Amino acid sequence: MGERTIVGTDAGPGTSGISRRRFVGYLIAGPTLVAGAQLGTTAAAKAAIPTVQPVDLYDLSDLLTDATRPTANLITITVNADGTVSFAMPRAEVGQGITTAAAMTIAEEMDVPVSKVRVTLADARPELVWNQITGGSNTMHAIFTPIRTAAAIARGALLEAAADQLGVSTGELTIRDGVISAPGGRTIPIGSLSEAAAVSADVTVRAQLKPRSAFTVVGKPQRRVDALDIVTGRKKFALDAAVANAKPTMVCRPPTINGSARAVRNLAQVQAMPGITDVAIIPHSKHVPGGVAVRGETFGQCIDAVRALSVDWAPGPAAGKSDATVLADLARAELPMTPPVNLLAKTIDKRFTFHFRPGDPLETNTAVANVRPDRAEIWSSLKTPIWAQEQLALDLGLPVTSVKVHVTEGGGSFGRHLFADAAFEAAAISKKLGKPVRLLWHRADSFRQGRVHPMTTSRVRATYLGDNVLAFDQRNTAVATDWGHGFGELLSALGSTTPVTNLGYSQLVFGLTANVPYDFGIVSQLLNEVYDPTVFNTSSVRNVYSPDVTTPRELLIDQLARAMGKDAYQFRRSFLRDARMRAVLDKVAQAGNWGRAMPAGTAQGIGVHREYKGFCAVLVEIDCRPATVSRAIPNAFTGPRVTKAVCAVDVGLPINPLGLEAQMMGGIMDGIGQALTYSLHLKDGSFLEHSWDAAFYTRQWNTPGDLQVIVMPPTTDDPGGAGEFSVAPSMAATACAYARATGTLPTTFPINHGRANLGFTPAPTVPPVPASPTDGLSKAY
Amino acid sequence: MPQFSFILNGGRVTVDCPGDLRMLWVLNDLLGVRGPKYGCGVGVCQACTCHVNGKAFNACSVPVSQIKPTDRITTIEGLAASVGKPLHPVQQAWLDHDVAQCGYCQPGQIMAATAKIRQIKAQGRSVTDADLDEIRNVCRCGTYPRIRKAIKQAASQM
Ligand code: FES
Ligand code: FES
Repeated sequence: MGERTIVGTDAGPGTSGISRRRFVGYLIAGPTLVAGAQLGTTAAAKAAIPTVQPVDLYDLSDLLTDATRPTANLITITVNADGTVSFAMPRAEVGQGITTAAAMTIAEEMDVPVSKVRVTLADARPELVWNQITGGSNTMHAIFTPIRTAAAIARGALLEAAADQLGVSTGELTIRDGVISAPGGRTIPIGSLSEAAAVSADVTVRAQLKPRSAFTVVGKPQRRVDALDIVTGRKKFALDAAVANAKPTMVCRPPTINGSARAVRNLAQVQAMPGITDVAIIPHSKHVPGGVAVRGETFGQCIDAVRALSVDWAPGPAAGKSDATVLADLARAELPMTPPVNLLAKTIDKRFTFHFRPGDPLETNTAVANVRPDRAEIWSSLKTPIWAQEQLALDLGLPVTSVKVHVTEGGGSFGRHLFADAAFEAAAISKKLGKPVRLLWHRADSFRQGRVHPMTTSRVRATYLGDNVLAFDQRNTAVATDWGHGFGELLSALGSTTPVTNLGYSQLVFGLTANVPYDFGIVSQLLNEVYDPTVFNTSSVRNVYSPDVTTPRELLIDQLARAMGKDAYQFRRSFLRDARMRAVLDKVAQAGNWGRAMPAGTAQGIGVHREYKGFCAVLVEIDCRPATVSRAIPNAFTGPRVTKAVCAVDVGLPINPLGLEAQMMGGIMDGIGQALTYSLHLKDGSFLEHSWDAAFYTRQWNTPGDLQVIVMPPTTDDPGGAGEFSVAPSMAATACAYARATGTLPTTFPINHGRANLGFTPAPTVPPVPASPTDGLSKAY
Repeated sequence: MPQFSFILNGGRVTVDCPGDLRMLWVLNDLLGVRGPKYGCGVGVCQACTCHVNGKAFNACSVPVSQIKPTDRITTIEGLAASVGKPLHPVQQAWLDHDVAQCGYCQPGQIMAATAKIRQIKAQGRSVTDADLDEIRNVCRCGTYPRIRKAIKQAASQM
């Protein structure tokens, strides 16, 4: 392989004399210009999962980034003849804005307009091994530098080709808006150089990246690249895949979680229903939820058929379990606290319960599958497409190369698409029927059989003497989180298929994310889990363990501050370890006017959280006065209202402040819901909730009228994660505000979970989905 | 099979299907109009919101037999053309405020917001926070605050 060095990038003002690191990448042989990149100096493969270390040294972002290092060199950028630059990103876009952030990064490094960069989602590429998992809000942290390196190499190659054509040196050329200019006003658009800059054999290239001081795109607000497609209804999701004869398909699901169909009593009758083409039992397995599949001309007819089916069901492993029985199992599994450190010291010791919460995105589980005897093709929103592809190949008995897995854009994920439930199920149905299928989960299925945030209890104890906190203990006990996707490919997924190893994964992630950002002496945080992960359908739902770690801690801190006679903000301030954390706390205290006089029944609350290489603080104001709590919105669950939220976030290097604001905003809506209203009630092995008017996710009537998100100026040269950062601190702040406003420490979350009146009428579990209404016109407005 | 006919985004369409088939499936599955989204199928999430003669309705909750041949159905795909512009002011406001995240709920949000603004204007009022509080559309990504801002902007321009 040849070698060259590209020094080309314009260093910008004020950077002369700074010697900058060179990053290694490739020019890849082909008819047009393709540049690829690897991370600079740390390409050595890590053979094993690193030992758990304190989060200060090593957190989940590091782990996921390290996991990508061996293969990051395979990220490529192509310059097309029409002047566009394309990048097939080996990640899932599910609303978090990474396609926009990636387009900005490429535009920045190459000096092309963002509108000329086309970011698509790569199909499953097994050769990427660990480099195609979207999780832990880690995407930009992991791929920022590889993308920049490839872009810088492409830019350099374009400059060299232009210099050749124009007979000048590259140093005399500039690129702006995708056009190269030479002295004397001669210009060449980059598209016309895409062939000339191509190489006939791979070349290793060393390139310098732009210094942060020269950035004009990264760090500036940028609207989403797919916004126009979205507002015109053109954006494509999985079900929009154009696959001939992939007819609507739904599944009649069991009345208990993970039950299975033994027999269909009225098969002939349902098969004869209008529009129905197929009815078949799909066995429940570890990867395929299953039930009785129906395929037909329209989803409406599938719903009717699902409702008409009479099925003999075998109960699932959760049969007989209810909120109370799971809580009792959790209580038995709670790990002991550390022995007292000082007999003179006082303690505050509290227990909290966090109920099951849905992991539902707005788009339910969907996939299109076309399984043939010798090949299979799948379309779905997948955060672990390599694992999906390898597992599908095993399940279908096909070589991996005969299974094509297309990653479609997702209508949200919240952890659900780390698994490939819809893809596996659609493939199983397509194989069984020998026909292509377009699988849609009903919303009722999604709440009742979809993956959830596991029920968790948390015991927290602070030991203090005088003005010092001597020790802080936290014991979280939870229904097992399923890590069956491993690190997104088959080997590590197999590693997590035994309960012991699954707990190993849980411990690993808990250890890498749980932390106490305060100087509280001896800190001990431990997790224990109950049940095999196949009993309930769980996953690392948005922000994973953090909401249930952060909320108890921040509530306890308020108690501790009061016991010491200190202001809750000043107390946090004085114990926080990190200056960046203090800075975001100060920011929200100041912008949110902490401590202002408020009427009885209303109050402020504050919460902080550190994760994803960054720091986040949220201040909220809540109104718990009776007139507000019982405000009348037709058919709505109202309750206490968060009237104001102020969030400050330090992600290191913010790529797109507008996108970050959006992510923080979404996380706050989530945190408010998790604190106040959003949960599932488990009864007799099934969840009662079946609709969004039963599982009370935040709606407009719960939305704070006053929301402010402050993105802190860059504190490092690398972007941290952002996708879910504000969930935990906003949940904690809401809980703290509620405690202050009502004078009662909430110990069960969401706060409305235990009330006598559910606020909805549970729908039956047989049939599993409700009838489609017919009264829509009477409600038209 | 019975035939049903109506005006869809300015052009007449005719479908052969059972009369109880809900409009969402007529649009998505039979006519290939995929902007209206499925989010619940029970008239709750509002992701399927379209217009009938300018009024918002849940396509998942209306059998096609209830739609008359003279009814004008507008989906997100036909919204801009219904005002004879490249973008409806509500769509433009959505762009201006960069409202969307995953975008799955947004066709329904935009159709609902458009009808809501019209309804309020017809009452000779301007949009209040209480009006915004009553919007039922679910956005799991939590874009609610930007939706509120965009609606206020669009209302001032419609
Ligand atoms: S799909 Fe029609 S209201 Fe939810
Ligand atoms: S933008 Fe994702 S559900 Fe609204």
